[in-house]
Amino acid sequence: MNAVVRHRLFWPAVTLAGLLLLNLVFTDHFFSVQMKDGHLYGSLIDVVRFGAPLILVAAGMTLVIATGGIDLSVGSVVAIAGALACLRISDLDDQGSTGGVLAAIGVALALSLALGAWNGFLVAGAGIQPIVATLILMVAGRGLAQLVTDGQIITVNSAPYKLIGGGYWLTLPFGIIVVAAVLALTAFLTRRLALGLLIESVGGNAEASRLAGIRSRGLIVTVYAFCALCAGIAGLMISSNVSSADGNNAGLWIELDAILAVVIGGTSLAGGRFSLGGTVLGALIIQTLTTTIYSIGVPPETTLLFKALVVTVVCLVQSPAFRKKAFHRRARTASPRPAADEKVKVTA
Amino acid sequence: MLKRISALVLAGATALTLTACGGGDGSAAKGGDGALVMGFAQVGAESGWRTANTKSVQESAKSAGVELKFSDAQQKQENQIKAIRSYIQQKVDVIAFSPVVESGWDTVLKEAKDANIPVILTDRAVDSKDTSLYKTFLGSDFIEEGRKAGKWLVEEYKDSKDPVNIVELQGTTGSAPANDRKAGFAEVVSADSKFNVIASQSGDFTRAKGKEVMEAFLKANPKIDVLYAHNDDMGLGAIEAIEGAGKVPGKDIKIITVDAVHDGMQALADGKINYIVECSPLLGPQLMDLAKKVVKGEQVPARVVTEETTFTQEQAKQALPTRQY
Repeated sequence: MNAVVRHRLFWPAVTLAGLLLLNLVFTDHFFSVQMKDGHLYGSLIDVVRFGAPLILVAAGMTLVIATGGIDLSVGSVVAIAGALACLRISDLDDQGSTGGVLAAIGVALALSLALGAWNGFLVAGAGIQPIVATLILMVAGRGLAQLVTDGQIITVNSAPYKLIGGGYWLTLPFGIIVVAAVLALTAFLTRRLALGLLIESVGGNAEASRLAGIRSRGLIVTVYAFCALCAGIAGLMISSNVSSADGNNAGLWIELDAILAVVIGGTSLAGGRFSLGGTVLGALIIQTLTTTIYSIGVPPETTLLFKALVVTVVCLVQSPAFRKKAFHRRARTASPRPAADEKVKVTA
Repeated sequence: MLKRISALVLAGATALTLTACGGGDGSAAKGGDGALVMGFAQVGAESGWRTANTKSVQESAKSAGVELKFSDAQQKQENQIKAIRSYIQQKVDVIAFSPVVESGWDTVLKEAKDANIPVILTDRAVDSKDTSLYKTFLGSDFIEEGRKAGKWLVEEYKDSKDPVNIVELQGTTGSAPANDRKAGFAEVVSADSKFNVIASQSGDFTRAKGKEVMEAFLKANPKIDVLYAHNDDMGLGAIEAIEGAGKVPGKDIKIITVDAVHDGMQALADGKINYIVECSPLLGPQLMDLAKKVVKGEQVPARVVTEETTFTQEQAKQALPTRQY
């Protein structure tokens, strides 16, 4: 029992369960999942479907944060990827042609990778602090997306493109399958191979890692490129879901939600260790919270306050120092527990 | 070295943003031929609506023989204040601007007044108590837009006694169009108790959020008769959600939106939206008219409402081919 409670994913899981319980009480049909037009349909499906882009962005962010960095530019990359893909598709003679759509996706993702590598170069090559280096692209990137879309919303009408974020495959939302594939690949690379250990070691102490023979620069560039690639895929999903690209609003503030998801999931912003599973839980908590607000009908004026309260509670129960103060004063256990090794800090 | 690189990068970034948002700049020198000179401080280029607005101002300035000095504030108040100050220094004949936010304009407007330069507000208002700081406010009446939407609904359901379940997609929380479109609509439909607004959430004026919120509405409320969206884009997102739920937008769920941008008009013509209340960005001609009067010293009304209309599905089909935006 104690081992379960002390597991690092215990508190995020409890939070998610609590939110779902809230819906069980207040929202009718929240847990009903039906088959409609040959695919699954229901609130729970919505949570994972609309949460898919956030899970992807947060997964990329997790690795960046594990190296002790942060990537503020993911929201802009989301906007750029969606804008570029939609622009290319809208120029096609036949918007339904799979080849043309794949080419557009390829171009958008290649640009995302390049932007990520640029971030990585600024951080690892030029030694600029991550928050400053990625801030540049965060600000300029949205301008770039507006340049691509000419300040307009580009609408496309393409069945193959629609599949990525709004379509279904094997009764499941296609976006979920993409997310599952990316997560599986990431988990394999970082947990079955040494890559995860190397990333954590760079996050723990970049200079020591370099002296120990780890090529930390290359690793950091790779991680930022991977993060931007995840953001690019998320951008395709978001724009595909509504068949249009909105350079101004697509992915707006998603970087903050992603950082929050990573933090709720128990990854320290100081770097050095990370939990992909925790991040997925964190992203699901945020999306469940959003869907809960719409379903229960929290008035829009108080939505942000409601969110802030829930997040504060989540962060407090996750803080070992707070739990010790709040719960153990009354218990007064005879044997003092070992000092907590992880603390959760929240700046969002 | 590092400093130099980051400075370079920053400069590059700034240049990028500037090119991205820069509209056509007015010519630098003041017209020596006695032509009217107008300084116009635009909010930014944040939506298709705004782009059409900018184009309308620029084109009608040209055709009215007004020399236009144009600046883009990229949605920042300090940029707009800077632009207005520079217009005052250049001694333009008249200043027009769409305030980014409602408050904090008194100082700079007083400077303009002291320099004897008349100011015209377009599209958005300021909350200043001293109304002598500006000559007139030209823009849409958002409350009236909400009322128009409500009136159509009352007319549509006048023969029905059954309760009508309405869901509402609000604009960005706290913004003037969201507050006023909600208030105007509620004012009309609350007169009859058969109309129930069963859910009302913010969709941030975007398609993506409109779709997401509508998905949640559809699952939490089995019977929805009418959707009222504060702009076309949220309505367009919601249409996808409604189709995904196996219902027919425009028939199973009647849809009313505000704005009348091109994609919205197309959906209206296709029968997916039932009624659109226009919120026109084409206020350039009216603005030039007012500017000329103000400079001549003629009296103008303190509030001028943009000439706007409403569209049914039939009217949309007729209007669509000649629509400018």
